[in-house]
Amino acid sequence: MVQVLGIGDFTAKIEATQALATTGDPRLVPILQALLDNNLYARKSDNLVVIGKEQAGTLTIMDPLTEKQLGQAAPADFERARLNNRLRTVLQTALGALQLAHPDPARRKASADALFKTPSLEVIEPLKVALAHESNGSARKALVKALAATELQFTDQVQVKRDAVVTLGAFADPDIRAFLNGRINGINDAAPPEQQELKTAMIAAVAEIERRIATWQMFGNVLQGISLGSVLLLAAIGLAITFGVMGVINMAHGEMVMLGAYTTYVVQMAFREYLPGGVDFALLVAIPAAFAVSGLVGIAIERGIIRWLYGRPLETLLATWGLSLILQQAVRTAFGPTNMQVTSPSWMSGAIELTGGVVLTYNRIWIVVFALLVFGLLIFIQRRTQFGLQMRAVTQNRRMARSMGIRSGWVDALTFGLGSGIAGMAGVALSQIDNVSPNLGQGYIVDSFMVVVFGGVGNLWGTLVGAFGLGIVNKFLEPYAGAVLGKILVLVAIVLFIQWRPRGLFALKGRAVEA
Amino acid sequence: MRRTGSLFFSTLGDTGGTILVALLLAAAVLVPVLNALPTDSALHIPNYLVSLFGKYLCFALLALSVDLIWGFAGILSLGHGAFFALGGYAMGMHLMREIGTRGVYGNATLPDFMVFLNWKELPWYWYGFDSFAFAALMAILVPGALAFVFGWFAFRSRVTGVYLSIITQALTFALMLAFFRNDFGFGGNNGLTDFKDLLGFNLQAKNTRASLFAASAIALALGYILCRFLVSSRFGRVLIAVRDAESRTRFLGYRVEHYKLFAFVISAMLAGIAGALYVPQVGIINPREFAPANSIEVVIWVAVGGRGTLWGAALGAVLVNYGKTYFTGALPDMWLYVLGALFIFVTLFLPKGVGGTAKEWLGKLWPTARAAKPPLSPSPQAGVAE
Repeated sequence: MVQVLGIGDFTAKIEATQALATTGDPRLVPILQALLDNNLYARKSDNLVVIGKEQAGTLTIMDPLTEKQLGQAAPADFERARLNNRLRTVLQTALGALQLAHPDPARRKASADALFKTPSLEVIEPLKVALAHESNGSARKALVKALAATELQFTDQVQVKRDAVVTLGAFADPDIRAFLNGRINGINDAAPPEQQELKTAMIAAVAEIERRIATWQMFGNVLQGISLGSVLLLAAIGLAITFGVMGVINMAHGEMVMLGAYTTYVVQMAFREYLPGGVDFALLVAIPAAFAVSGLVGIAIERGIIRWLYGRPLETLLATWGLSLILQQAVRTAFGPTNMQVTSPSWMSGAIELTGGVVLTYNRIWIVVFALLVFGLLIFIQRRTQFGLQMRAVTQNRRMARSMGIRSGWVDALTFGLGSGIAGMAGVALSQIDNVSPNLGQGYIVDSFMVVVFGGVGNLWGTLVGAFGLGIVNKFLEPYAGAVLGKILVLVAIVLFIQWRPRGLFALKGRAVEA
Repeated sequence: MRRTGSLFFSTLGDTGGTILVALLLAAAVLVPVLNALPTDSALHIPNYLVSLFGKYLCFALLALSVDLIWGFAGILSLGHGAFFALGGYAMGMHLMREIGTRGVYGNATLPDFMVFLNWKELPWYWYGFDSFAFAALMAILVPGALAFVFGWFAFRSRVTGVYLSIITQALTFALMLAFFRNDFGFGGNNGLTDFKDLLGFNLQAKNTRASLFAASAIALALGYILCRFLVSSRFGRVLIAVRDAESRTRFLGYRVEHYKLFAFVISAMLAGIAGALYVPQVGIINPREFAPANSIEVVIWVAVGGRGTLWGAALGAVLVNYGKTYFTGALPDMWLYVLGALFIFVTLFLPKGVGGTAKEWLGKLWPTARAAKPPLSPSPQAGVAE
C-alpha cells in the first residue's frame, strides 16, 4: 500500500490513503506527512518508495516504514510523488485520524479539533476507536465533539443524527454554534419530514448553546471587569493616600505612574546591557526601583511645593497640574515622544483558555495579584506600623500629634512619598499592558479621582470596592453601549452618584469628617 | 433699587476696568481702520495680527467668565472649556449650513461629513441652524441650559470645592468622548471645518476678519460691564459672602445655591459667546476643545491676571496666550516648561496675580481712593470647603 502512495495514480493514492487511515497505525504518520510535504519519492529503477530530503543537490533518503537511513542519492534517480488538491484533503483527514493515537494528549486534542473542522465519513471509525481508549478529559471532549459533528453530517441513521445534535447542544462553543447554523441553513423547507424534525432539534441545540455561551460571557465579563478594576485600583491606590488620607489634590499623580513605567524601561535596558540572562527578572528589580524613584520625586514635590499650600486645595491643584506638565515635558525631552518598548518576561506571557471563548492572559492575572498585594501591604503599613500610626495621627489632629512629639512635617513628606512610590509601582504593572509614553499618566488621572471619590475619600477599603465596582460595571456596559459610550455612561453615573452621596460610597463618620 | 442707576457709573469708577473698556472700544474702531491702511504705511496692522488678537479677545472673554465664578463665588470650574466649545459648535453648525452646495460632495442638504458617513437625512438637532439668529441663540442657550442642569444638581446637593472641580472636569471629559464619536452627528474626530462665509461675507476676507475682531472687542467690553455690574450689585455682595463663608451666608437666610446657580449660568453663557466668536476666526471646531487640559489652562490665565479683578482675567488671557504664541514659535520644547512653571510660580508667589498685585500697589500709593471700598480680591484661603 505504501508502494501505491509513491507511484499510483491519484485515485489509487486516495483509496490507499483511506484504507491506511482505518488501520490506525501510528507508523504511517511520517509517510503521509512526507507525501503532504512533497517529500515522498520513488526510485526510477526499481520503484522503491522512500522519504527523502533534498539539500544542495543531493537527496538524503530513508525507509518509510522503519525510518532507517539509506544514505545519499542523486535527485535525478528519483521521481517525486505527485499530489492534487483532493488528495491533500484526504491526506489531512487521514493524518488527523492517525494522530488521534498520539501519546501526547495535547496533540490528540489538536487532531480531534482539526477533524471537527474538516469532517469526513472515513474518520468515524477511528474516532470511535480513539474515544474508547481516551482517558484525558479535554482530549475526550474534543473527540466527542468531532465525532458528533461527523455523525451529524455523514450518517444516514436518523437516530444517530438526533443523538449527535443532543451531544453537540451540551457544549458552549462558538465553533459548534457556527457549525450547527451551517447545517440548519442547509436544510430547506422542501426537505423530508425527518430532516425538518432534525432541523428543529438543531435550532433548539443552538439556542441552548447560545444560552451557555451567554453565561460564560457573563463570567468572562466579570473576569475582565476584575482585571480592569485591578488596573484602576493600582492607579488609584496611591491617590487614596495622597488625596484620600492627606487631602492633597495631586494632579501630577499620573506622572508618578508614568515615571514608574519609565523606570521599568530603564531597568530593563540595563539588564539587556549588563545581564542579558536575567531579563526575565528585570521586572522584579523594577518594582522597588520604581517605588524609590517615584517616592523620592514625591518627597521632593511635597517639600518643595505642596507644604506651602496646605489648606488651599484649589491652589494645590493648579500647582501640581503645572508640575505634571513639566514632568511630562521633561520625560519627552529625555526619552523622546515615542512609545518605549517594555517586553513581558516569559513567565508573564501566555494565556489560559476557558470554555465559551473566554481567554485569561497571564499578565492580567499577575496584575490582579500584584494589585491585591500592594493593597494588602498598604493596609498593613497603615494599621500595623509605627509610621502608619503617626500618619493617621497627623491627618486626624495635626496639633495634637505635634504636641505628642511627632514631627508632622516629616510624616507629611513620607506619606506623600509613600503615595507617590505606590503610584510608581503601579507604573511597573501598567508598562506591561499599556504604551509607555509621556502621556501614560494622563489617561488614568480622571479615572483614579473617580475611583477615590466614588469609594469615599480617606477610606482605603472604599477605594478597593470602588475600583472593582467601576471596573466590572464598565465591562458590563461595553458590549451593549460600546467602549466609549460605556465610559461616558460611567462618568455620568458617577457625577450623579456624587450628587446623591457627596462623600462617596463609604463616607467617614464622626469626628474625622471635620478634619 | 435706587443704586441701580448709579451702578453703571460705579462700574466705570474701577480704574483697571475703565482702562480695559476704553482700550477695547478704541481697538474695536482703530484696529479695523489701521488694518485697512496701505501695507507700506507705518501704522498698518497686518492681517495675521488682527485674527491673532481677535482670538485672544475670545479667550479673554472666556477667562472673564471663569473669573466671575471663581473670583467672586469661589467655584473653581475645570470644565469651562465645555461651554466655550458648545458655543463654538453651535456657531460651527451654522457655518456648516452656510456652505450649502460648495462642499466637496456638493450636497445641498447634508454637510460633507454626513455624506461621507452615508447619512441620508439631517438629524433633527441640526434643524434651525440655517438661521444665524437661531444659531446665535443656541450658542448662548445650550451652554446656559447645560450649566443650569449641572449646577442645579451640584449646588443643591452642596458639592463644593475640589469635588466640584473634579466633576466639572469629568463633565468636559465625557463631552469630549461623546463628540469624538462619529454617530453623534457633529463630525466626530475632525469636527466642523472648511467654513466659507458668515452672513454672506467671506470668512477669508480682510474686512470680515476685522469686523469679527471688532465684534469680539465689543463683546468683551459688554461682558466686562455686565460682570462688573453683577459683582458690584447687591447680588455680587452675596456672592462674595458665599465665597468667603458659605455656611454663614446660608445660616443668614440666603439661598446660597440660587446665587451660585445664577452666576454659573451667566458665566457659561459668556463662555458660549466667546466660543461662538472664536470659531469663525480660527475656522475649525473639533472635540479637542473639550479636553480637560484646555479648561485648566483657562484657570491659569485667570490666576496670572489676578483672580477676582475681572479686568485682570482678560489681561492674563492675552498675556499667557501671547507667551504661548511666542514660545511655540520660537522655542517649541520650552512652552510646556514655561506653562508648568507659571502654574507653580503664580500659586506660590503671586497668589493675587498681576492684576491683584498692581491693585495693591495702587492702593498703597493712593490710600484714600480705595479705603472706602471693601477689598474685592479674594483672600488666599477663599474657596476652601469649610
